[in-house]
This record gives sequence, structure tokens and C-alpha cells, in this order.
Amino acid sequence: MAQAPTDTPRYTRAVHGRLLVGVASGLARHLAVDPVVVRLAFMALSIGGVGVPIYLALYFFVPEEETAEGGEAGPDHQRKGREVSQLIAYTALALGLGLLFLLFGGVFDPLLWFMVFGTLGAVILWQQANPAQRDEWMSTNVVPVGRKALMRAGAGVLLIVVGVIGFLVFQEQLQNARAGLTFAFTIIAGIGLVAAPWVIGLVRERDEERRERIRNAERAELAAHIHDSVLHTLTLIQRRAEDPREVQRLARVQERALRSWLYRRPADAETTVRPGLERVAAEVEEEHGVPIEVVCVGDCDIDDGLGAVLRAAREAMVNASKYADADAISVFGEVEEGEVLVFVRDRGVGFELEEMPEDRMGVRGSILGRMERHGGTARVRTAPGEGTEVQLRMPRIPQF
Amino acid sequence: MDDDKTSFSEGDAVPRVVIVDDHRLFRSGVRGELGNGVEVVGEAGDVDGAVHVIGEKQPDLVLLDVHLPGGGGVEVLRRVLSRHPQIRFLALSVSDAAEDVIGIVRGGARGYVTKTISGRELTNAIVRVADGDAVFSPRLAGFVLDAFSATDAPPVDPELDRLTQREREVLRHIARGYAYKEVGKELFISVKTVETHVSSVLRKLQLSNRHELSRWATARRLV
Repeated sequence: MAQAPTDTPRYTRAVHGRLLVGVASGLARHLAVDPVVVRLAFMALSIGGVGVPIYLALYFFVPEEETAEGGEAGPDHQRKGREVSQLIAYTALALGLGLLFLLFGGVFDPLLWFMVFGTLGAVILWQQANPAQRDEWMSTNVVPVGRKALMRAGAGVLLIVVGVIGFLVFQEQLQNARAGLTFAFTIIAGIGLVAAPWVIGLVRERDEERRERIRNAERAELAAHIHDSVLHTLTLIQRRAEDPREVQRLARVQERALRSWLYRRPADAETTVRPGLERVAAEVEEEHGVPIEVVCVGDCDIDDGLGAVLRAAREAMVNASKYADADAISVFGEVEEGEVLVFVRDRGVGFELEEMPEDRMGVRGSILGRMERHGGTARVRTAPGEGTEVQLRMPRIPQF
Repeated sequence: MDDDKTSFSEGDAVPRVVIVDDHRLFRSGVRGELGNGVEVVGEAGDVDGAVHVIGEKQPDLVLLDVHLPGGGGVEVLRRVLSRHPQIRFLALSVSDAAEDVIGIVRGGARGYVTKTISGRELTNAIVRVADGDAVFSPRLAGFVLDAFSATDAPPVDPELDRLTQREREVLRHIARGYAYKEVGKELFISVKTVETHVSSVLRKLQLSNRHELSRWATARRLV
């Protein structure tokens, strides 16, 4: 509004932050003033009788703004739709003013004007106290209240004080009122002193409550997580109790999920070797049902060559799961200064290395070939009954 | 091994064991799996109970859970080892968190195995630890390698703050899933020598004041 660029926006009826049809708030934006001012002006005019036809005429002739660009207005205009409470306030105000007008019988009666001042002040204060701001006032993590808001509140108080004192002066009651006022101020100050510790206590309590709420939210998240995944898996396990392989698979999947949830490390996404290796192992394990234990020492970013190492390691794990008939597979990754080593080992049946070519194309192409293409080496150590170990070795490309 | 004459591995006696774990189901499960190679003389479910039972039964070995009500396994170690330094501890936990693993070993446990270990392997580990040797799971070996990995910080005490080449080799093989016997075969050394290396690593892990050791877990955010 106030910080609007040099060219004034075209007069359209507002969609955001309007109370009735947006005539007043639209005009306020056009004139770069607070909508409250415009609304009160309309009200004042209405009392004289001209306001209503003007309002209606504007309603008919002024187009509604295009909603797509509603965002450029200030934050008070972001509230979509109408606020019934504000509308009621304005209506009550207009009716009250009308009544006053009838009672005092003239616009030039100073008494009326002081009452108008007082009411205006009250309206401004009322305007301030929308729920969001009230929250802000109550909040303890002191958000600096905007200077504009402070000025508005000050103006409101000033208007009320002027209104009240003026009213009293013109009623020739000031002298009588002075004693009363002194009395009232003393009482208020006394109450303030008494109430201050209590108010501070309330604020503290509120703070404590907020912390408690956060704790509760965390607890609720934990409960939801356990409910969604863990209880679900336990149910599945009970149903599949006759299939030990499936039970083990379910338990492993759940264990891994729970671990990664408990000890999650959001910082390292899967762009480094360690989580990459863990992910590959988890995938193979889920697919083939043989537990895979991963131990990794050191870490570094995955580049082309290391991507190939991960794919080769995956192939080795798949082979071990499918053919080795082992209870478990051990994977060890080590990131050293000059190279990265990955060992995939099982204590399964093993095989005769010379007889490999026929059915183990995977080993030739996906492991040995792939490693060599990327400048690394792969070795397979195995013998019937001795288990199998695939050793992958990839030199690291210096980063700088 | 060291000062007492009994060698459990050679069948002179059956190690007497106390199981400390706050899950009763798990305690009875372990009891069932251990079989005849081990005699379970007591159980406890929290720190105070454990200290009491261990003091009363004077077992050869305590199977100790890392997470326990009343201060955790480390608290049991602290209170028991000050009075009965001859009692050996083997940590048994579901936790993979580095600070748990390293913490309990530095607290005095002579080994660390996860609860997924088979009954036969657990019996072997108990016998080995009761004999005064150390038992490293692949994961613990990985953690130790990480903890002692070369950094720019100069070692305060070179004897304690560095692993020898041979010790690193042994740990690497353990991390790869090799049993002690297999490690010995690979490196052309006896099982006894492997055990000596692992015990020496354990000693360094427990005694080294290298400040990374206490901080490394958080700094590296390892699991």
C-alpha cells in the first residue's frame, strides 16, 4: 500500500481482504491509504446520506481486480474472502454513529466529534487485534512489533484519550472527573503491580506448554512411525509364520527401515560410497532374501569409476545370493587415499573357477569386464566348498 | 590365559556366565541357545541387579547389553571392574551406533557382538573372551579402523595411538567376515598370533587418549 510504486494502481475492486464487495479496499489501494480510513469515510458519508449511493455506484462501475495478481498487495490483503467479524464491527459502528447523529442533531456538535474520535481509536485498536497479531503479542520469542503497528496502536490510544477528555470537558465534568481519574489510575497501577508476577508466570507457563507441545508432537511422530511400519510388519510376520525365509526377510527389511529412521543422517545423501554400498546391499537383500552385512571404512564421493564399483559389487552380491547357498554375505568397503576396495564374501558352496564361463557370464561381463573398462581390477577367489570372495579395486582420481 | 591357569578353550572347565539384559525374553532365548559349552549362573535386568548378581556369583564372564535401565552397560562395567577386575565382559547389543560400540569397549568390555549372532558363534566368543582374548565383530573392526585411520593430527603417544600394519591387516580381514582361523591362514600366521594382534588392538582402543577416539563418532556421524 504505502510502499506502492510511483504509478498508482488502477482502481479495481479488491478481491483479497475485502469486507463486502471490495469497493473500499480497492479505493484504499488506489489512493495508497489504509482501507480502514476509506471504510470510515464511507461510513461518515453514509450517515449524511450520500455514502450509500456512492458505494453502490462504485460497486456497479468499477471492475473487479484480476485475481491472478492478487499477491502484490501487502500481507493484510492476503486474507481471502471477507471477515464477518470486521463487517459486523463496521455495521455496528455505522448504526451507532447514526444514532449519535440523531441524538445530537448536527454534524457540528463538538460532542459528537469527540465521540467519533474515541470510536475511531477503538476501531483502530480493534483492527490491530486480528488473531495473527494477537498471537504475536502473546508470543514470548519477542518478534519485534512493526513500527507501523506501534504507530497505529499509539494513534488509537491517543484518539480515545482525546475523545474521552474532550467529551468530559464539553460536558463540564472535567473537574469532577479529575478526582475519579486519579483514583482510577492509582487502582490500575496497583492492579498492575499485583498482576505483573502472575502475568509473567502465565507467559512462562505458556512457553512451557509450547515446549510440551513440541515434545508431544515428536512422541506422536514416533508412535505413528512404529504403528505404521513396525506393527504392520509384526502382523505380516505372524501371518507368514510358516515360511521362515519370508519371516526373516520381513524382519530384516523392518530392522533396516527402523535403523535408518533412528540414526538417519540427512547430511549425506547417497552421493558417497558408504551409503551407496549400503543401499545396494539392502536392495539385493530385499530381492533375494539372503542377509548382507555391510561394513565400510572411510568415505568419499562417487565418481564414474566408483559407480562401476558399486554396480560390480551389486552383481557379486546377486551371484552370492543366488548360487552360493550361504546363510549370510559379508561386504567390506574401504576408502583409502589412493584407492577404493570392496570385498564381497560368502561362505557358500564355492565353485571351480575354470568351469565358470558357461553359466556365470555375470561374473565375466558385469564384474571383471566392467571393472577393467573403468581402470580397476577384480579378482574372484573361490574353490568348491570354500565359499567365494570377489575383490574389487578401483584407483581414486585425485580431486584437485 | 594371562594369569589364571584355566583354559576354557581346551576344555579344562566350562565358563560360568551371568546374562545382563533388560529383555527377559531375550535372556531366556540366549540361555536356551548357549547349550552345554557354557554354564549360566545368573541373570539381571538392570544396572543395580547386575552389580548385585555379579558380586554374588563371581562369574568368569558377563554377557552385557549396552542399553540398560539405570545407566547402561558402561555403568555396570564401571562399578564391577573397580572391585572385581578379573571378571570379563562381552558386550551383546542390537545397537549399531558407533558411540555405543566404542563406548562399551572403552568402558572395559573385551568384545562386541550383535544379537543376530548364532548360538554356536556366541558360545565360541564367550569361551574366547573368558580365556582373556578379545572378540571383534566385523562391524567393530570397521569402527576401529575408522577410529585409527590416518589423520593430520600427530599422535600423542605413538605406541598407543597407532595401529601397526599387521594389526590393520588383521582388522581388515575381520571386517571382511573372516574368522580368526581364516585370518591366520590368509596371513600365514597362527590363530594365537591373530588373537595377540586383536588383544593388542583392544588395549590401544581402551587406553589411547587420542582425542579423536572420544570425539570421532560424533564428528564423523557414523552409524
